[in-house]
Amino acid sequence: MKKATRRSDIVDALSLPDLCRFCEADEAWVIELVEHGVLEPHGSTAQTWRFRGANIVRAKKARRLNRDLGINTAGVALVLELLEERDRFLRRLARYEAI
Amino acid sequence: MEFKDYYKALGVKRDATADEIKRAFRKAARKYHPDINTSADAEAKFKDVNEAYEVLSDPEKRAAYDQLGAEPPRGAGGYQPPPGWDSGFAFSEGGPGPEGAFSDFFETLFRRGGAAGGHRASGRGADSHAQLMIDIEDAYRGAARTLTMRSPVVGPDGAVTLQERSVSVSVPKGIMQGQHIRLAGQGASSFGGGPAGDLFLEVSFAPHPIYRPEGKDLHLDLPVAPWEAVLGGHVVMPTPGGKVDLRIPESARTGQKLRLKGKGLPGTPAGDIYATLKIVNPKVTTEEARAFFEEMAKVMPFDPRAHLGG
Repeated sequence: MKKATRRSDIVDALSLPDLCRFCEADEAWVIELVEHGVLEPHGSTAQTWRFRGANIVRAKKARRLNRDLGINTAGVALVLELLEERDRFLRRLARYEAI
Repeated sequence: MEFKDYYKALGVKRDATADEIKRAFRKAARKYHPDINTSADAEAKFKDVNEAYEVLSDPEKRAAYDQLGAEPPRGAGGYQPPPGWDSGFAFSEGGPGPEGAFSDFFETLFRRGGAAGGHRASGRGADSHAQLMIDIEDAYRGAARTLTMRSPVVGPDGAVTLQERSVSVSVPKGIMQGQHIRLAGQGASSFGGGPAGDLFLEVSFAPHPIYRPEGKDLHLDLPVAPWEAVLGGHVVMPTPGGKVDLRIPESARTGQKLRLKGKGLPGTPAGDIYATLKIVNPKVTTEEARAFFEEMAKVMPFDPRAHLGG
């Protein structure tokens, strides 16, 4: 086994090209996600967009749902909203079950 | 190597039609997709289903696979395909998705010498993505982890072997769930002599018996004795960052939330800890304690159900 030690850093904010590389998606698809309100980047133009925190995870999830299940952007937006709602309920349920 | 029953993975008969296989795959993919199904084995099942569909949806691969027959009786040393099992079949080798996403069985049978997935025209190696589960305590102090990554490597004879390498990761203090750690140059190596891709680790916290993380904040239920709730006072509460002194206000109620500013996950600003009070009765085991409660019932005229009316 090869031992490797390299630098590591936290991914803080990604530009549009960086996010595309990160999700293995093209720019048109990411722009569509922004238009559907799935992603909310900081910055006023696509050139200055910065995607941060939860947006990065959402983009990755959206890409997986699109690629693995063939869901279109409107469908991905709905599935993500429902999944987040379900996760909130599961967290609350876990609290009451623990008591 | 373990034999994979692809028909069983999709829950179809060996003589299923292409349409039946596609339907079974779509249904199973929705059911086991790791972003939708939160159970622990969903990811492994999703991988099995994808691998099975990769083979069974391709007529040539399916025919070659059928040639292997059913699972042979288990012998020592695991499964080995009979020599020349794929002669006469012309399937294109390789599969979609990141290398190493499929089982040894698939890699050995269907990916030998094939073009590796994710190969970039620019000559840069593909990025790799993986999950990293840490404890909440690790996020308070920072931690070091060693990961074992497996990636298929094409040898000079065209045979694919899975090469293991270990990667050291330093988990920075204050990291939150869902954040990614980037390890530059630790992704797939390039085939054109360009730089290797990066390795991205998505961080999640192992379920904790006490704390519920929400961003940089932690939530917990804090049990208090009835007299602590009524009289108020200071209690000592353990947190991942060490013990803290918490003031309980007088006449505190169950469900009341107390905030400990800056005691959540470290950072600028640091997160907070929210303690939800839960009044817990002591176990009455002695006559003396029992008499004490009887005395309370006599001394304190209290109807906890007064607001229910009637």
